[in-house]
Amino acid sequence: MNTTYTISVFTEDKIGLLNRITIIFTRRHINIESITASEIEVKGIYRYTIVVTVSKEQVEKLVKQIEKQVEVFKAFYHMNSEILCREIALYKVSADALKENELFARIVNENHATIISVSPEYIVVEKTGDEREIQNLFNELEKFGMLEYVRSGRVAITKPMKTLTSYLKEIENNNKSTVKHFNN
Amino acid sequence: MEKKRHIKYNTEVTGAEAVILSLLDANVTEIFGYPGGAIMPIYDALYDYMDKLNHYLVRHEQGATHAAQGYSRVSGKPGVVFATSGPGATNLITGIADAQIDSTPLVCITGQVHSHLLGTDAFQETDVVGVSMPVTKWNIQVTKPEDIAPAITKAFYIATSGRPGPVLVDITKDAQFGKTTYDYKKCESIRSYFPCPKVNLEDVNAAAELINKAQRPYILCGHGVLLSSAEKQLLALAEKADIPVASTLLGLSAFPPSHPLYVGYLGMHGNYGPNLLTNECDVLIAIGMRFDDRVTGNVSKYAKQAKVVHFEIDPAEINKIIPADVAVLGDAKEALELLLPKVNSAKRKDWLQKFTDCSNVEFEKVIRDAIDPDSEKLRMAEVIDKFHKISGGNAIIVTDVGQHQMITSRYYKFNHPNHSVTSGGLGTMGFGLPAAVGAKVAKPNEQVVAVLGDGGFQMTIQELGTIMQSNIAVKILVLNNNFLGMVRQWQQLFFDRRYSFTEMKNPDFITIAKGYNIKGKKVTERENLQDALQEMYNSKEAFLLEVVVENEENVFPMITTGASVSEIILE
Ligand SMILES: Cc1ncc(C[n+]2csc(CCOP(=O)(O)OP(=O)(O)O)c2C)c(N)n1
Repeated sequence: MNTTYTISVFTEDKIGLLNRITIIFTRRHINIESITASEIEVKGIYRYTIVVTVSKEQVEKLVKQIEKQVEVFKAFYHMNSEILCREIALYKVSADALKENELFARIVNENHATIISVSPEYIVVEKTGDEREIQNLFNELEKFGMLEYVRSGRVAITKPMKTLTSYLKEIENNNKSTVKHFNN
Repeated sequence: MEKKRHIKYNTEVTGAEAVILSLLDANVTEIFGYPGGAIMPIYDALYDYMDKLNHYLVRHEQGATHAAQGYSRVSGKPGVVFATSGPGATNLITGIADAQIDSTPLVCITGQVHSHLLGTDAFQETDVVGVSMPVTKWNIQVTKPEDIAPAITKAFYIATSGRPGPVLVDITKDAQFGKTTYDYKKCESIRSYFPCPKVNLEDVNAAAELINKAQRPYILCGHGVLLSSAEKQLLALAEKADIPVASTLLGLSAFPPSHPLYVGYLGMHGNYGPNLLTNECDVLIAIGMRFDDRVTGNVSKYAKQAKVVHFEIDPAEINKIIPADVAVLGDAKEALELLLPKVNSAKRKDWLQKFTDCSNVEFEKVIRDAIDPDSEKLRMAEVIDKFHKISGGNAIIVTDVGQHQMITSRYYKFNHPNHSVTSGGLGTMGFGLPAAVGAKVAKPNEQVVAVLGDGGFQMTIQELGTIMQSNIAVKILVLNNNFLGMVRQWQQLFFDRRYSFTEMKNPDFITIAKGYNIKGKKVTERENLQDALQEMYNSKEAFLLEVVVENEENVFPMITTGASVSEIILE
């Protein structure tokens, strides 16, 4: 059965690494629903948040293939129940919306959105939330004339308390094998 | 031209010299390559080091990668390749892909256009880092001379550590020309990279427990045994617990073929018993192998009755194809050393007898006639069997891809580890001849024989030029059936004998060899075979022996597509 998984990948900052990671998905004909990247609390380490809908077996294999990349420290996968996640969306609607000012303001308020810019031609609304909330607001604003709509990928924080650094220590200890295969 | 003096540490050198010095510091002695515009500074720097670095000028860059693979597979050292940008670099891709899937350490160094030209569609600019990404273990583009030595030492470390594989370092021309202070700090770890997990004792205990409870344990030995030099440990395990051992294609030569516990070779055209009895064992012990589909046949009918113990260095291989009941992650040698004292001695006469029985059936139905046929024309198996006897099983055999490869793997019995070199995972026609060149370079005092089909030979036939120029005394045995035999076999069996473009009109191979100043002989009659093989074996120089064999011979046994290992057919 397919489920939506959020994969968090912790990496070095290296040109091309994102490409190496997306190849792992495309090669298996798996669609990436969203992907974001940013530096984490540890300087120089980056986090990719990738959303896919696949089976448990598939996500396990994907994560192992991702971890195989030299510059990947660690990758985790989580179901929606194990994370707190948000996306941000920007909606550019026609300034005509101001003709129904009251209704427009109520929709923005009830959806916990913010108006971030108003001009004679358009209004820009910003909304942070999960995919469903963002879609709801889209549906409601559409009637005012949607000029432009854009949403970010998902960012997510995991509920389990274990930190990346403690994982890294663990891996390091498990990898103290001194075996050498090639003489160079 | 006058040669420059050798340069020491902490002196100013060009990026190109830094490449050469880094290779020397990585203990490289042999390079396979081909020059061109974007790598000229490196070739120029090489000119001063010809006494320390042997460079072999191949005739096509694909040949350089395969030669480096052959070199690596028999020497246990990484293979090194040079190529220029654009077409030079893209010509490497087949060999790199082959090395990736067969876990062979290669360090490929490519020249690249000047960094200010990157992304401008400059002359011979190809995004080789992008192109090679899916088929390399790691790759990098270097645009500054000071980054060259760190990139190269890292490249060697990554290529050779953990599960080995090919890496590529792409160096822009300005980085080669630029000046830097040469300093080599050997790379011995990378903070995000964990190549060799430490063997977990609990896993070893669990493995021992399963093995000790087993009535019919069965070992499948793969390339990982050779890569970790675990041959002795494998032998000790098999002997102590009386466990039959079968080998994958890439695992051939890891276990002594004459040993009573060796039961044969696995896979689509492997031996009868080893395939059939996979579905009768109770504990399957897979060591350094990855359950390739050519080994498993139909996965849903593979070893369902057995508990599976998987010894493997690459975590991504665990549960990839066949779920493991116990997975022991880490180096095979280390793991087997830990396992050995925990395994009980046992005797398993009845279980082993089953393999003997199968082997007898296979001998009667397939082998007897194949090695001593009453056909008018020669058959591949008799050629290989005869050569096996002449060479006492002591030759290094490099095969190409097709029927002759399967026949060689079935009928040549490799007495020494790393004496079988073949393209397994990718099945790359054209691999054989250049890989044999590399193998001979690595082991100049050993008998190295390339066994080729008439099709695959012509995919890299130009490497005869490398053999001529560098005086490489490799023996070339062409089994000529005037067909792309393996494909023709499938056409016969599964496409109603519709031989669509598999018949080959071949040139006179002996004349071609002569053009390259290589001695040659053609045999068509059985009565001349023994002497011709002996002549090839005795030759001190390169020698091409063409043996004209049966046109429409089929390789059996066979597990057809979609069939289970227990449905292996003998005829
Ligand atoms: C580069 C490449 N192209 C195509 C194939 C498909 N293929 C596999 S075996 C084979 C026939 C090989 O013929 P030949 O070299 O004459 O050897 P034979 O099977 O007759 O021994 C072909 C075409 C391949 N493995 N590699």
